[in-house]
Amino acid sequence: MNIQRNIKGVYVIWLRELKRYWVDKARIFSSLAQPLMFLFILGTGLSSAFKGAGSGFGIDFIFPGIVGMTILFTAIFSAVSIVWDREFGFLKEVLVAPVSRTAVAIGKALGGASVAMIQGTLILLLAPVIGVNLTLFTIIKMWIYMFLIAFSITSLGLIPAVKMRTMEGFQMVMNFFLFPMFLLSGALFPIRNLPKWLSFLVKVNPLTYGVDLLRQTVIGPKVAVFNPYVDLLFITVFGAVSISIAVVMFRRTE
Amino acid sequence: MKHNNDIQVNNLVKKFNGFEAVKGVSFNVREGETFGFLGPNGAGKTTTINMLVTIVRPTSGSATLNGFDVSSNPAQVRQSIGIVFQDPSLDERLTAMDNLQFHGLIYNVDKETRNKNIANMLEMMKLSERKNDIVRTFSGGMKRRLEIARGLIHEPKVLFLDEPTLGLDPQTRNYIWTYISRLKERTGLTIFLTTHYMDEAENCDRIAIIDNGEIIALDTPENLKKMVGENIITLHTEDNNAAGSEIREKFSIEPQINNGEIRLEVKDGEHFIPRLIKETTTTIKSISLWKPTLEDVFLKLTGRAIREQKAGAADQMRQHAAMWGKRR
Repeated sequence: MNIQRNIKGVYVIWLRELKRYWVDKARIFSSLAQPLMFLFILGTGLSSAFKGAGSGFGIDFIFPGIVGMTILFTAIFSAVSIVWDREFGFLKEVLVAPVSRTAVAIGKALGGASVAMIQGTLILLLAPVIGVNLTLFTIIKMWIYMFLIAFSITSLGLIPAVKMRTMEGFQMVMNFFLFPMFLLSGALFPIRNLPKWLSFLVKVNPLTYGVDLLRQTVIGPKVAVFNPYVDLLFITVFGAVSISIAVVMFRRTE
Repeated sequence: MKHNNDIQVNNLVKKFNGFEAVKGVSFNVREGETFGFLGPNGAGKTTTINMLVTIVRPTSGSATLNGFDVSSNPAQVRQSIGIVFQDPSLDERLTAMDNLQFHGLIYNVDKETRNKNIANMLEMMKLSERKNDIVRTFSGGMKRRLEIARGLIHEPKVLFLDEPTLGLDPQTRNYIWTYISRLKERTGLTIFLTTHYMDEAENCDRIAIIDNGEIIALDTPENLKKMVGENIITLHTEDNNAAGSEIREKFSIEPQINNGEIRLEVKDGEHFIPRLIKETTTTIKSISLWKPTLEDVFLKLTGRAIREQKAGAADQMRQHAAMWGKRR
């Protein structure tokens, strides 16, 4: 199988992911409800409760975290949709097509990443509403970062998804994977001065670096926890390792 | 390269953790032929198809499709075949058109050919009017037709149909067969199908009867039925004894006269009956013809009816699920 053929395969799988996203308008809106509630209810609550406690707890603080959360949830849902494809049979159509499994996995990861990036952008558009001004340059930087984060997380999600045979497994992913990743990412609270055990979990979480990167890009270097290059490096390496594992596992499934 | 045989299978074996699902089958399928795999559920039909279409690796043995080996050249094999699976494999949230376009794209069919073939297939399968509807809203028969249409967008040489009418009502099953035969007329496609419906197997040029992972007979439906025996004609006449001796004289057949009816064993019942009526002077009150079916062939070969297996479909599914579970 030649390379050109497989690149086209990646494109076709990616295209389908976007098509499915676009067709399901109800999902687009309903999946924005949760981040919006976190942003406006929790954000307003936090900023009122900690009024006068100094900077770092307002709605603007959690805003980049909510962008990260949106990416996380959308990316994982996209990855896990492979279980749906298996259940409804469509995966078979893909598996007997004359493209490699590698192309299918990469196409799926890129598709999920693109969808997650679009959802993240929809939240990002609220920036003026909560008093954060973004320049065009910032937005472009955000897109690149959001795409990288989304790709890493979709690839990570593909690892359990290619093994899963039933929908029941999805609930497990939600409880043991998705919520811990979100809560341990620093999306809602600052991650300085945490107890050791918590600090460790936070630091192995790829979303931590993603949220840090998005936050310092939106608000400025004063909120940075890590050097932005450290963030970028961690996310990129994490993504590369995840997609490699996902590809190997996908090639092995029958 | 000679392509008189589109499919060549040589001693193909598949084991799943010690369980031998396919025990060394060999057969050839000729170009333009409709070849059927007939057998009860769990006989190894789908496993064989899965090996031929390269989604399951053979444990041993070899298979060549359109000149390409399934183990060493799966990509070319895939490009040259179309598949309709037993279970639906459509993207139900997208439109019929989306599904067809996706297929064309992923099989690398150029835009012009793709659009031409899609239009043709939609027309042939009578789906043109519903092409922009979401597949979820389709009936079972329409989905199956859409899958057949999709399997042909990339102009394969061989079409695989794994239980093409499973789960459809009798009327829809007939429709599907009308479409399949129309397709054959227009394209001269080679078709490999599996079924456990006897009447469907009759549509094949040749049939392999498969049971417990082995081919136990392979021939044309007519020849297979000859294995069971002759046609049987039962007569009621005004005077059985007179009619009996008349038949003995004129056709040199030994009639059996029992319980007020005459039983005759003949080779070709349809053609014998007109002659019988014409040449018998005794008044015939009624006449009936019994011909052996593939069901009888299966019964004779295995000592049990194929239908008995169907009652155990739930068991079969459980067994299948267990198999998947083990392979995980």
